[in-house]
Amino acid sequence: MLSVDIAARLGDFELAARFEAPSSGVTALFGRSGAGKTSLTNILAGLERPIRGRIALGDRVLFDAANRVNIPPDKRQIGYIFQEGRLFPHKTVRANLAYGLGRLAPEKRAARFDQVVDLLGIAPLLERRPKMLSGGEKQRVAIGRALLSGPDLLLMDEPLTALDAARRAEILPYVEHLRDAEKLPIIWVSHDVDEIIRLADHLVLIDQGRVTASGPLIEIINGPDFRAATGRREDGTVIETTVAAKDAANALTHLRFSGGELRVPGVNVTLGQRLRVHIMAKDVAIALDPPHGISVLNCLAGRIVGISDPDGADVDVEIDVGVRLRARITRYSARLLALKEGQTVHALIKAMALDRTGRDMAHSP
Amino acid sequence: MSDLLSPLESEALILSLRVALWCVVISLPIGIGTAWLLARKRFPGHLLLSAVVYAPLVVPPVVVGYLLLVLLGRRGVVGAWLYDTFGITVVFTWQGAAIASAVMGFPLMVRAIRLSLDAVDRRLEDAARTLGAGRWRVWVSITLPLTAPGILAGAVLAFARSLGEFGATITFVSNIPGETRTLPLALYSVLQQPGGDAPAVRLAILSLLLAIVAIAGSELLARRMRKQLGV
Repeated sequence: MLSVDIAARLGDFELAARFEAPSSGVTALFGRSGAGKTSLTNILAGLERPIRGRIALGDRVLFDAANRVNIPPDKRQIGYIFQEGRLFPHKTVRANLAYGLGRLAPEKRAARFDQVVDLLGIAPLLERRPKMLSGGEKQRVAIGRALLSGPDLLLMDEPLTALDAARRAEILPYVEHLRDAEKLPIIWVSHDVDEIIRLADHLVLIDQGRVTASGPLIEIINGPDFRAATGRREDGTVIETTVAAKDAANALTHLRFSGGELRVPGVNVTLGQRLRVHIMAKDVAIALDPPHGISVLNCLAGRIVGISDPDGADVDVEIDVGVRLRARITRYSARLLALKEGQTVHALIKAMALDRTGRDMAHSP
Repeated sequence: MSDLLSPLESEALILSLRVALWCVVISLPIGIGTAWLLARKRFPGHLLLSAVVYAPLVVPPVVVGYLLLVLLGRRGVVGAWLYDTFGITVVFTWQGAAIASAVMGFPLMVRAIRLSLDAVDRRLEDAARTLGAGRWRVWVSITLPLTAPGILAGAVLAFARSLGEFGATITFVSNIPGETRTLPLALYSVLQQPGGDAPAVRLAILSLLLAIVAIAGSELLARRMRKQLGV
């Protein structure tokens, strides 16, 4: 368990953060750029110093202003993977990787080195200089270097931001491996919604130097603070599902969740696998009666539990279909259907709208 | 070499090289330390220190030589103590000449190292800290290697400046054949004598060759170093 309660002043910027992160899994630190995410990670790593407060990792106190404790960064055992990699340009990949090995017991070093090199697939790069590496290779080496310093916690500050989509897809499985196989707690700094839905279990929202919410991902990501943090375009509902059946003949997957079943295209999943599905509010339509003769595959019946400002240009309707599902429709449609709270309606979701999310959000427990 | 050079010429050449070498040896550690202080630390007197360090660039060399005499002469503030305690004096010795050219070359050396230190990405040092390196290890394994091209440049500048040093040297340690008569001083001496034109030309060409070899050598070294550093 990482517990943080600090206040810091960095130039003109004031930061006040209070949150706890579990001792396993990925905790996402989410906020706009300039919100203070990097300052906060620097403080956790010991590279910046708060003016007051306390930071503890498990039973190790890293910072305690009241008792004048400030463990220097080299004694914190916190691995830090930076946005720009920060490999040492004058050292080979091998020397970069070995830089932090001193913290491991001597007899374990060689085996661990080989294991990490193997895991990240960087054996062919060992004798190269960082200059001769691609962006994705650099980040893999940076991950390996941090991993080999024997950290108790891994800080990853938007490690994918500098990479294109293909390189991102190359790195993400390694991060999932760290989370699932190495059981290393990770603080994942990001402003990318898809990334955190795929990786994180716990979410800390930060806005203008303040932590506005923190808690389990599903709870926070479907709450009002997250919507305030992302802007309307990304509004939607994240649902945790399990792969219940694969319909190879129709190239469809059936996902079970607490409100029933969703059908999504593609069968590139395994039975029993857990998947998070991000349903955009704008992809949900509302019908008063179950429709006939329609191509939309997913029809979920539920009660309206909330309607946003009915005079806005568009109207957000919350429907309890087992989970609270958010639908965004025009003001005209809302009036036409005379929607009101307590009414039973049918939420329609095109399977194709879940194409990308359904596959990308693979999340194994 | 004795076939090519007269005894006077080879004596001045060897002395010049010896003085220049020792000038670099004594000023390098102090130069690195000063550059680090100026580049990385903020303290009262920062401006004063940098003014003192850079002063020899603008002060007439004769003034520097005179100040050295006042400071390190046998009756000077530090010189008297040195003589009374250890029985050593640097006035009228080649060691004194090395000190004079070290002071004159110091600003060039500090400037080169400081620029190089400023160019080191501090974020790499932060990264090294998170990997478990203490301040000293970061300095030795990250900062110093990345500053190496600047240190080399500074050393070469000080070396070359020493080869050409005249005013401070002649004021501080005089012009003693075999002891303090470096190439420029030898050139000056032959010009004072009738018929000194021919030997003066030879000495001038010798000085020129020496400078070119030193600069070319350092350029080659710098190229290899940059390749090593991967920057």
